[in-house]
Amino acid sequence: MAKKPDLLPGTLDMLILKTLTRAPLHGYGIALSIKRLSDDVLTVEEGSLYPALQRLLLQGWVKAEWKMTETNRRARFYTLTAAGRKQLGIELTEFEQMIAVIGRVLRDAQEA
Amino acid sequence: MNAVSRFVRKVSIRLERERFGRELDEEMAFHREETEKEFIAGGMTAEAAKYAAMRQFGNATRLKEKSHETVGFKAETVVQDLKFALRQLRKNPGFAATAILILTLGMGVSVAIFSFVDAALLEPLPYAAPNRLMDVAEQSAMFPRSNLSRADYDDWERLNHSFSSLEAYGGTGFLLRTPSGPVPVPAGRVSDGFFRTLGVKPMLGRDFLPGEDRPGGPKVLMLSYGTWLTRYGGRRDIVGQAVNLNEDSYTIVGVLPREFSFAPRPLADFWVPLLDKNGCEVRRSCHNLFAVGRLRDGVTPRAALEEMKAIAAQLAVQYPGSNQGQGASVAPLSELIVGKVRPILLTLLGGAGLLLLIACVNVAGLMLVRSEARRREIAVRGALGATPVRLVRQFVTEGLLLAAVGCGAGILTAGWMMTMLKRLVPKTMMDGMPFLSGVGINAHTGMFAGAIALMAALLMAATPVLRLSFQDLRDGLGDGGRAAAGRFWRRMGANLVVVELSVAMVLLVGAGLLGKSLYRLLHVENGFDTTHLATVQVAAPDSRYSKPEQKVALFRAIDHRLLSLPGVQSVGITSDLPVQCNCDTDWIRIVGKPFHGEHNEVDQRDVTPGYLPTLEAKLVRGRLFTEDDDASQSRKIVINEALAQKYFPGENPIGQKVGTGDLDPKSIREIIGVIANVREGGLDDELWPAEYESIYQDADTFFAVAVRTTQDEKAVLPVLVKALHEVDSNLGTYGEITMTDQIEGTQTALLHRLSTWLVGGFAALALVLGVVGLYGVIAYSVSQRTREIGVRMALGAQRSSVYQLIFKEAGRLIAVGVVAGLAASVGAAMLMRKLLFGVQAWDAGTLIGVAVVLAVSALLASYFPARRAASVNPTEALRAE
Repeated sequence: MAKKPDLLPGTLDMLILKTLTRAPLHGYGIALSIKRLSDDVLTVEEGSLYPALQRLLLQGWVKAEWKMTETNRRARFYTLTAAGRKQLGIELTEFEQMIAVIGRVLRDAQEA
Repeated sequence: MNAVSRFVRKVSIRLERERFGRELDEEMAFHREETEKEFIAGGMTAEAAKYAAMRQFGNATRLKEKSHETVGFKAETVVQDLKFALRQLRKNPGFAATAILILTLGMGVSVAIFSFVDAALLEPLPYAAPNRLMDVAEQSAMFPRSNLSRADYDDWERLNHSFSSLEAYGGTGFLLRTPSGPVPVPAGRVSDGFFRTLGVKPMLGRDFLPGEDRPGGPKVLMLSYGTWLTRYGGRRDIVGQAVNLNEDSYTIVGVLPREFSFAPRPLADFWVPLLDKNGCEVRRSCHNLFAVGRLRDGVTPRAALEEMKAIAAQLAVQYPGSNQGQGASVAPLSELIVGKVRPILLTLLGGAGLLLLIACVNVAGLMLVRSEARRREIAVRGALGATPVRLVRQFVTEGLLLAAVGCGAGILTAGWMMTMLKRLVPKTMMDGMPFLSGVGINAHTGMFAGAIALMAALLMAATPVLRLSFQDLRDGLGDGGRAAAGRFWRRMGANLVVVELSVAMVLLVGAGLLGKSLYRLLHVENGFDTTHLATVQVAAPDSRYSKPEQKVALFRAIDHRLLSLPGVQSVGITSDLPVQCNCDTDWIRIVGKPFHGEHNEVDQRDVTPGYLPTLEAKLVRGRLFTEDDDASQSRKIVINEALAQKYFPGENPIGQKVGTGDLDPKSIREIIGVIANVREGGLDDELWPAEYESIYQDADTFFAVAVRTTQDEKAVLPVLVKALHEVDSNLGTYGEITMTDQIEGTQTALLHRLSTWLVGGFAALALVLGVVGLYGVIAYSVSQRTREIGVRMALGAQRSSVYQLIFKEAGRLIAVGVVAGLAASVGAAMLMRKLLFGVQAWDAGTLIGVAVVLAVSALLASYFPARRAASVNPTEALRAE
């Protein structure tokens, strides 16, 4: 079994927030969504979503409420809050800057 | 989102912890079930899908914990550590109890003693700007601080520029007329601005008005708070009422506040202005007052002293007869009040500090032994992945827990000890030290206790951590590490024990020296038989005994009545009882000897013919007084040997004459006898020259009666008082006490006794702690060397050589401890030599005795482990590993 790349540290929160921009989702939905969007390249240890979600709740970036799924099961759905949206913006900007900087360094290193 | 709402959310989750957990479980279960369904849809068996889902999800328990941690408070892991620590201590109650007990003792003693030091030496006096208040007095060759005469006071007050106010005070006694007869009451006599200078305002009525202290002024008085309560029932309408003192009517103008106390005149129930010059105040040489002055802004005590000295010198030129050689003394008032107890308190604080040190060292030793015993546990936990930080934190938590419990108990103990110690101080002494009412847990003692607690906590936390960091965790797992670790402990533990033994030695020597001082003090040569002697003070109303003949008749009547009491052998009356003070002095000039106006200060006592025989004073030459030596005869005196040696060296003083400086014919008296020195001053005072005069020739209405009894003198006291009232129901009596009690109750004896017992107690504790510490080290060493001893014995070593092995180790420690202790003891004793009486700081007997006691108890303590070592069974010892 080929080893899949680990998530970059600190990016899980950002991925969750991004996933939630489209619609409220439950934990399983978030995991599925991340897997699907990354074409199965990024996998999270699925359970680690939950501590992360608690962290986001505590910061007030997401809200949670219990609702029924299409299959009529009770599940906790998470919704992005205004603060969460703002935070996502900040994190995305920082992340892009970081990637750009790393990319530049790597290119320079190759040329040298 | 801010910290507040985060905190609120954390708290609300905390409150609904169960729901939080349930919801988390449900959510996670839902997730796994959905994954499972997916796998089944992908063609897995139900069983395989379940496991695959679980694998993909991860460790649910750990994740749940992580979620809890996210929303939980940091403190929760601390609680975990605490719980574990408690479990550890419960599992090992002996260790925990010992450590806590030792800490409690060390902390309790030092905080309690500190509270006394704080109340006496750190807290300011309860007056306005107390550091500007000075004690002002005269100074003479014999007295570094002597009473101020009223005439001198008036001049000093008028001439000085150093003090914004300079006020005089003195003590006096009145006979207060009460429905149940006259009662002698102590009173203070002060100049008008006395209370204003101290910054004390009456709680009721008014202060003395300026000018109200002048001769001929109105007779007014102020009540102390206690007198107001006990004698006048705390009635607020008391102001303006009349009080009968010495058959004079005084008007109450004010009541002093409850917190007011003035240590130099502690007992005064009534305060009156100076008013008329009393009998001797008309003379400038009559010294009966002291003064307290408030320094003007910017004036230093030294400058004030210089000015007062200059004024005194000016007066000495102006009035050579009375003022030659009379200087001035200016010192902070606080010095007068607490100066005497400072060395004792500092010694006690030092003792308590040493005890605390020994306690801490002992506990540190215990912690070391314990971390040693847990070496393997730590190694296992380390191997299982506990980070060093986590391990250290666990030990720190345990140490802090011990320190917290020990210090908490220590503060309670300190509070209890303060009450006990205050109770040890007798009432009479307490009155002279009003500042001791401030003893208790307050901001200062709290801070001190906090500092000690912090130190203890650091020590308890740091010791095992230090130990941990020295050690390679891997060593702990193998047995091979034992030798190295054992060596570490032995070296460290041995050093600690040496410290403990030497500190114990210092305390023991201190206690020994103080004990010897106390013994010397109580067995000082008094020059008379102190046993079977009952005494009482008497005040006769001036109105009924104004003429000398009336007083003489009273003395004879008392003599006659008391002699008829059963069990009374002889009776004497004197102006002052012995072993009181070198006071009531007189300046004498020897007729026919060169004289340059110097003040030859001698104790002067007026006595009945029966007095010196009653004391059983030894007559050396000449004769004592007889009933015939009354006012009709020329004046005669009996002197003591000190006077004879000082003023008549190598001569026969009998028949010589003395008088006042100007040889006033009325003052000339002839020496008829010489007695062996009777101690008039305090136990630790020098023996002064003294003259005894016939009370029939120089009578007063305040006097003391002493009777020699054939039976228990204590039982005679009430009989004595009753008989005196039978002689005249108008006599006031007070201070009835046996001579033995009076001597043992003098402030000097009490202070010595108190410090001896306290330091003795500290020393006993220190000895126990030191010896227990030594026992611990030796016992540990034996347990570590069991195999070595087994091998030695298997190879043919005798039991005696095993004993030798252990005793050699113990002996070395003891020797080093004792030698270091000896050196430190002499140093410490030098520091407290002010407290020693009749004993040198390097008193060989004490030093040797203490060294022997310490060495013997320490050897005894090492005997038990040595015996265990010698009884090792070689086969078992070798198999045990």
